[in-house]
Amino acid sequence: MDTSSSIGRDSSIPYNRNRPSALIALACIAAAEVVLWLLWANSSLTSLVSSKVAVALMFLLVPVFLFFVYDAIWGIKARSSKAASYPMMLIALGVFVLGTIWTVLFSFTNIKILPLFTPGQWIDGYVGFANYKRLFNTDRWMNCPGLTHIGRAGWKLSCTGALPNMVTYAVLSIVISVSLGFLLAVMIDQKIKAEGVFRTIYLYPFALSFVVTGHVWAWIMSPEYGLQHSIRLLGWTSFTFDWIANRDMVMYAIVIAGIWQGTGFVMALMLAGLRGIDDDIWKAARVDGIPAWRTYIQIVLPMMKPVLVTTFVIVTSGAVRIYDLVVATTDGGPGISSDVPTRYIYQNFSANLGQSLSASTVLLVGMAVVLIPWIRIEFGKKSQG
Amino acid sequence: MANISTFDQGPSGAKPKKFITWERFFVYSVLIVCALFFLMPLYIMVITSLKNIGEIQAGNIFVPTMHPTLDAWGKAWNSACTGLYCEGIKVGFWNSIKITVPSTIVSIAVASVSGYSLANWPFKFSEMFFTILLLGSFIPYVVMLYPLVIITRELGIFSTLPAVILVHTIFGLPIQTLLFRNYFASLPQELFKAARVDGAGYWQIFLQVFVPMSVPIFTVSVILQVTGIWNDFLFGVIYAGPTNYPMTVQLNNIVNSAQGGKAYNVDMAATILTGLVPLTIYFVSGKYFVRGIAAGAVKG
Repeated sequence: MDTSSSIGRDSSIPYNRNRPSALIALACIAAAEVVLWLLWANSSLTSLVSSKVAVALMFLLVPVFLFFVYDAIWGIKARSSKAASYPMMLIALGVFVLGTIWTVLFSFTNIKILPLFTPGQWIDGYVGFANYKRLFNTDRWMNCPGLTHIGRAGWKLSCTGALPNMVTYAVLSIVISVSLGFLLAVMIDQKIKAEGVFRTIYLYPFALSFVVTGHVWAWIMSPEYGLQHSIRLLGWTSFTFDWIANRDMVMYAIVIAGIWQGTGFVMALMLAGLRGIDDDIWKAARVDGIPAWRTYIQIVLPMMKPVLVTTFVIVTSGAVRIYDLVVATTDGGPGISSDVPTRYIYQNFSANLGQSLSASTVLLVGMAVVLIPWIRIEFGKKSQG
Repeated sequence: MANISTFDQGPSGAKPKKFITWERFFVYSVLIVCALFFLMPLYIMVITSLKNIGEIQAGNIFVPTMHPTLDAWGKAWNSACTGLYCEGIKVGFWNSIKITVPSTIVSIAVASVSGYSLANWPFKFSEMFFTILLLGSFIPYVVMLYPLVIITRELGIFSTLPAVILVHTIFGLPIQTLLFRNYFASLPQELFKAARVDGAGYWQIFLQVFVPMSVPIFTVSVILQVTGIWNDFLFGVIYAGPTNYPMTVQLNNIVNSAQGGKAYNVDMAATILTGLVPLTIYFVSGKYFVRGIAAGAVKG
């Protein structure tokens, strides 16, 4: 996008000039919030101010107030614009920034019920990394008995639990949906007939919810009356397809459902990427006598790196959030063998809040590991151009 | 060289195209096999919902019934049990409407104005807020789940309709703002400048110049929001409260309540009914749907 066309900016000034100061400002706001909150901890205000006022203060007023301070210091025009953007700014700071900080901070406490933002509760409940230690000692979250020797095939690291399940799902669904999506996009790009029909068919599952997806696939894969039953009726009586009821295979069953739902989306992105490639590249490759499949792999694929990276980030963030699909397909079963982090976190909601919050923080850190390289690519690219 | 060799080989002119080549055959077979895989669940949903329970237990999941009946559809809509009540999925349908309509309106109103501000009236740090929003859209929802429970609880709206509307507005904001910001930034500058010269202010330009020109992007954004909110499950479970459970939650309850044995035909009818609204939107507005997801994914 050509950001330099924005009106109200001097086009001679590079667009990114104020990004460093913006990041510093963000850090200042966050730091000010924490300091204010800690100061407030031991003051008598905690008991005086009713809970509603306290939350309003912490979530809404303080960031807005700080914003006004910045406003005054830096001197800004466009008043209506700012006034109209307050909901957006409140949500960005009050929910996304403060909410994240709150979750991370309270993951270090032993709170049992949902507290407010009273720092007293935080200081009283501070337990260091105890929640994390307990979390990783909980078999339901993660249980890695270590390496097992499986004969001549070598060694196998077998982990069970919610977190390894999510990783399995994420890795498999990314690999399969991206390669299948790319393959389909390439096929559709071959000037085929009825292109629109094929595209529509591949993409329609993406319009359906995970709950619908999960229930359909649970029915198809049901060993009782589903695919297995039907194939056996045809005479192949030893046919077995009971992944959904098999502790070791159930995550793969969920991956099938996830791929059905999400591949069309990857295909659409890839197709947009392919269509964005200059025709001259194709002409040049043809003149040089390079076969089409090699052009795709060695020339077009590297050129599509931005699309691939964006797809990867979106599919990953979707996989980390996986919840409804599992609830609908197996509800975590058999037993808890297809449990996933969000389900674990949600079920510890009332009984074990500290566990929930530390598990959320683990997911946040995991997502950051994926996001940070992406941010560097995205933002690094912009500041160059 | 080329001339000589073609001369030697005899017939000249363009080589007549073969009706079908192996390459084409391969491409079409891959495409058709994949299309069958993607269509199969829809087909099975429909034929299962038209069977009666005896046929399901005796028959093949792929074979349609000779005596289709809409009984299961009626049952799913009117009298399927969700555990506590036996009022069918129609309760969930109306709840979903009650959630989706206001959430869509509120979130698009907020996002379009924010996008307009970001694109045309940037202020100090406006880009910082936008960056926070974009990063926020990748943070796992569970991280913000508890803070939002506290916020809605303290506002006194937890477990009510306004809470779930608020949450949908919040989580819809990043992608919607991005959509509108990019669209407004792509409109010709001269338009904005001319309106400024004529003395129009912030709201006048937005309401009288930009909104009338932005019907396509509003369409895209309505489609994205309606399908997204309709398909939501987690926020409905947590923030809406049992009396306002949306259709996806009711569907899950119907399928999981196994009173008097599993009625797969009713389950599948309820599943189709739940998928019908987004599916209709998708088939009617295919082009806009694709535009929406592409615009959301390819960041500026």
